[in-house]
Amino acid sequence: MPDVVTLVTGTRKGIGRALAEHYVRAGHRVVGCSRTDVDWTLEGYAHYRADVADERAVKELFTEIRRKYGRLDHLINNAGIASMNHSLLTPLSTVHKVLDTNVVGTFLVSREAAKLMATNGFGRIVNLTTVALALRLEGEAIYVASKAAVLGLTQVLARELAGLGITVNAIGPVPVDTDLIGSVPKDKIERIVRQQAIPRMGTAEDIANVIDFYLRKESGFITGQHLVLGGL
Amino acid sequence: MSADLVRLIVDAVQEQCEGRGSTVAAADLGPETPLLGRAGVLDSLGLVTLVVALEQTLEDEYGLSVSLADERALSERKSPFRTIGTLAEYAERLIDGARQRA
Repeated sequence: MPDVVTLVTGTRKGIGRALAEHYVRAGHRVVGCSRTDVDWTLEGYAHYRADVADERAVKELFTEIRRKYGRLDHLINNAGIASMNHSLLTPLSTVHKVLDTNVVGTFLVSREAAKLMATNGFGRIVNLTTVALALRLEGEAIYVASKAAVLGLTQVLARELAGLGITVNAIGPVPVDTDLIGSVPKDKIERIVRQQAIPRMGTAEDIANVIDFYLRKESGFITGQHLVLGGL
Repeated sequence: MSADLVRLIVDAVQEQCEGRGSTVAAADLGPETPLLGRAGVLDSLGLVTLVVALEQTLEDEYGLSVSLADERALSERKSPFRTIGTLAEYAERLIDGARQRA
């Protein structure tokens, strides 16, 4: 049986890196990408420099995947950036940056992944949203808007790609101790956590557990779903 | 119109049809064969899969990365996806353009 090939975007650090390591441990051939090189290596993991919002770079990444592996089974759209700021203090350049990476990037990578997955009539796409979406968190208007768009993409792509054997689902993590939330004041994180049914920070393992479920062959009847961690 | 491109599209259409459980002989497929509509050999999902397969074949055989379903294709008054022949002509124009840019 050919190796299972899993692409994780945004693997330089944080959740993306942890997911890449998790799926290497699970025996997948893992491909990762980020805008810059990574300062770590792992047998079974191949890294490419690609900005997910750059169409040419994304197409080149998929040309490489097709040539090297000839298939793609799973895509985890993890690459994302956040902007924690009051909307009245958010410059347009930040709006474009967040939307480009989170929305355009998720779309471009999903589109190219689905083309490759369609050739095998099987694929799993998992998008990352955020607990901030469920909480309508103030101070994160553009980030939340971008993740609302990711959720919309998830639900429509689920319908468009169902006939090709591809499922598309989303997971909304609660705060995990990564650089993404590094600029968020500690008391704000604590306020978010207190609103959860299970009031603790999330871990990469919590996220991997849900993604494992979405990726299973037996989960072929589950698509367009959004699972938020922590009981929100 | 390039005979090679027509053959490539005929092969891809035949593969799509077989993959979707209908049998069409290659001899019955040619430039005039309608792709979509009542007389068409593909449904909408079949056309999507055909476009994807063709883009990949063009990359493999011609070394060119082209998007068949780009803004130009979607905004043309007469869709290039009407028949095998119109698609071959459209692909040929894209290939020529990509070669000139390279």
